[in-house]
Amino acid sequence: MSTQLATRLVEFVEALRAKGVNAGPSESIDAADVMRVLGLDDRDLLREGLAAALVRRGGQRDVFDQTFDLFFPVGVGRPEAAREAGEDLDVQQIRELLLMALLDRDPRTLAQIAEIAVDVLGEVGQPGTDTAGWSAYQTIDRLQPQTLIAAAMAMRPGGGTGQGGQGLGTQFTDRLARDEVRQGVEAFREMVQAEARRRSAELRGRELVARHAVRSSRDRVDFLSANRQQLEELRRSVQPLARVLATRLSARRRRRRRGKIDMRRTLRRAMGTGGVPMKPVFEKPRPNRPELVLLCDVSGSVSGFSSFTMLLTQALSAQFSKIRVFAFVNAMAEVTEIVRDGAVSGGGDIEPRIRAEARITKWHTSSDYGEAFLDFQEFFLDAIGPRTAVLILGDARNNNQNPRFDALHEIAMRSRRTYWLNPEHHTRWGLGDSEALAYAEIVPMHECSNVEQLTNFVTRLLPV
Amino acid sequence: MFNKGTMPFTSVADVKARLATAGYLASDAVATTVFLASELGKPLLVEGPAGVGKTELSRAVAQACGAELVRLQCYEGVDESRAIYEWNHAKQLLRISAGHDESWSEAKSDIFSEEFLLPRPLLSAIRNDGPTVLLIDETDKADVEIEGLLLEVLGDFQITIPELGTVTATQRPFVVLTSNATRELSEALRRRCLFLHIEFPDADLERDIVALKVPELDQALTDSLVRVINALRAMPLRKAPSVSETLDWARTLVALGADTLTPEVVSESLGVVLKHQDDIDKARTKLDLDAVLS
Repeated sequence: MSTQLATRLVEFVEALRAKGVNAGPSESIDAADVMRVLGLDDRDLLREGLAAALVRRGGQRDVFDQTFDLFFPVGVGRPEAAREAGEDLDVQQIRELLLMALLDRDPRTLAQIAEIAVDVLGEVGQPGTDTAGWSAYQTIDRLQPQTLIAAAMAMRPGGGTGQGGQGLGTQFTDRLARDEVRQGVEAFREMVQAEARRRSAELRGRELVARHAVRSSRDRVDFLSANRQQLEELRRSVQPLARVLATRLSARRRRRRRGKIDMRRTLRRAMGTGGVPMKPVFEKPRPNRPELVLLCDVSGSVSGFSSFTMLLTQALSAQFSKIRVFAFVNAMAEVTEIVRDGAVSGGGDIEPRIRAEARITKWHTSSDYGEAFLDFQEFFLDAIGPRTAVLILGDARNNNQNPRFDALHEIAMRSRRTYWLNPEHHTRWGLGDSEALAYAEIVPMHECSNVEQLTNFVTRLLPV
Repeated sequence: MFNKGTMPFTSVADVKARLATAGYLASDAVATTVFLASELGKPLLVEGPAGVGKTELSRAVAQACGAELVRLQCYEGVDESRAIYEWNHAKQLLRISAGHDESWSEAKSDIFSEEFLLPRPLLSAIRNDGPTVLLIDETDKADVEIEGLLLEVLGDFQITIPELGTVTATQRPFVVLTSNATRELSEALRRRCLFLHIEFPDADLERDIVALKVPELDQALTDSLVRVINALRAMPLRKAPSVSETLDWARTLVALGADTLTPEVVSESLGVVLKHQDDIDKARTKLDLDAVLS
């Protein structure tokens, strides 16, 4: 392999590492092997091959793809399509092209239009200076692709694809068509962003663009600042985690517990001692159904986090039946039913319902953990038994009220295990009105501000 | 180091063609990774939602290359004696009581020989002389200790049996590990594998898959079927329908003799695709099935 190519590969791996894909030297060697075997002729194959060697888990693929596009770009400079189309296209013409491509659902044409659009509409700053670059935002803003959805729907030929003019059938695929066009627009948006990154990278250097313009991997999105679309993506990664979390919390695996004798394994072991069963082997105890109690802070200061909290609770309650969910700002209220309904109807927004139906505030609207714990102790303490695991989700910012450590202590004592997940960075615990450090002395507290940390908590920190 | 590929693939296109003859339509990602795993002699770790053909892939590779498929199904509590080998204690006891007047060393060397060994999947895959595909299914279900065991076996492709010596693979098997990610596999194991995340196939590929597996279904219906499936996957369901559900649905439609996809047909057969009542309710609302029917 040429030194130049090797250098490029190493830079690529470094950029990935900066984005949280932890690829080490052994991965780099694998990647080099991949290049040797596949050659550089087919870019798509190379992409898949390098992904196999460098990406080790799902959820990192987006970051990989974006970085790959920067380090192994399709071409250099103005793309072929833009050169052919020339400068004479205006916004309206590009919109018309885009409309046709959306109707055809052809990704190749979409990609070409994205290249043209960035070339014609996306240039920002003074050419030749530091400000020069290509902006995806400006391109999208001028092009307004989302306004094309209605137009595309209007232009759709009546019967959809091969539905034969039957009345009901036509309507049925029409229902899907709108979503499909919307997905097309979404895909186009991604392509414009990728193209803008590529063009900018040529001007400003790959490393710089990779550092700033490539979105962090889904695992690292901060709950507190996640936007709507990211929350939607989080939902997907949280679902399997919730399952693991619930089983982990419920797992009771004391070995050699008295119980049913496993005849097969006892006899097999007895063979080793001449047929005399010296040591009985017990069947592994079945994992208990989880008894899980969740206490969730849903106040405004942790709004991003509480959306995530609700995601997690919904995922958990869909998974398991013995779970009770309580929400609080400064009063504790049970919301198990609301969460369960929400999980069934699938409407992500159960927060408004909680605000409307549950009594989560008293005379003021700022969060008060002490008061909420006290409430819990008074009204719901019987929800916690010796087999219950309690999970508290919140930032422990108490607004300088009485933190009531005794109430939390009581909860922790009665439960089998209690954990606290805090969305704040641990360096900020105990600063200002945060009681995190004091609470952390009573129950184990873990920083949990993104999926990566949640995964870590679920898979490593929770004892089995 | 094995420089020769473990499987007789010559190129990515060749992988695709061979898998197709075995009835498995591979996407670029799948074909490339399989080719690399074979060329580099590395195990292949496959993750992805249930029912996208993770297990099917190894079956297809085995069939395409005329290799033997050895399968180790992992579950909680699987241990060395189920994964690698076990001595046939009962037979050993019989042998000892049968030969009364022989010396201890004779008996010892006899009862710890091939005849009394019960090879389990890992050992039989390594001892196999011909080409072998070793499938370690649902690796995440096994306990963490088994991973350590796998590291040793997959690293050197050799197994040491204290009484018999070390068994080394004459031909390195093509190893496929599958995981549903219910547990995070250890970094060390991931490190040794090539990683492949199989997603739901794109619309074109899925159409081809349906056409291959359920040729009775006509073109137009296949088209709308795949579109509805894709719409369902975009919904926040507990269990999104995967390829196997698509095929089940296609077969159901053939059985029902449906020629167009009407709301009635969809409504009747939705239970084939979605396995939870909540999901069915959700899909009904989103697709407006009830509104049309009433």
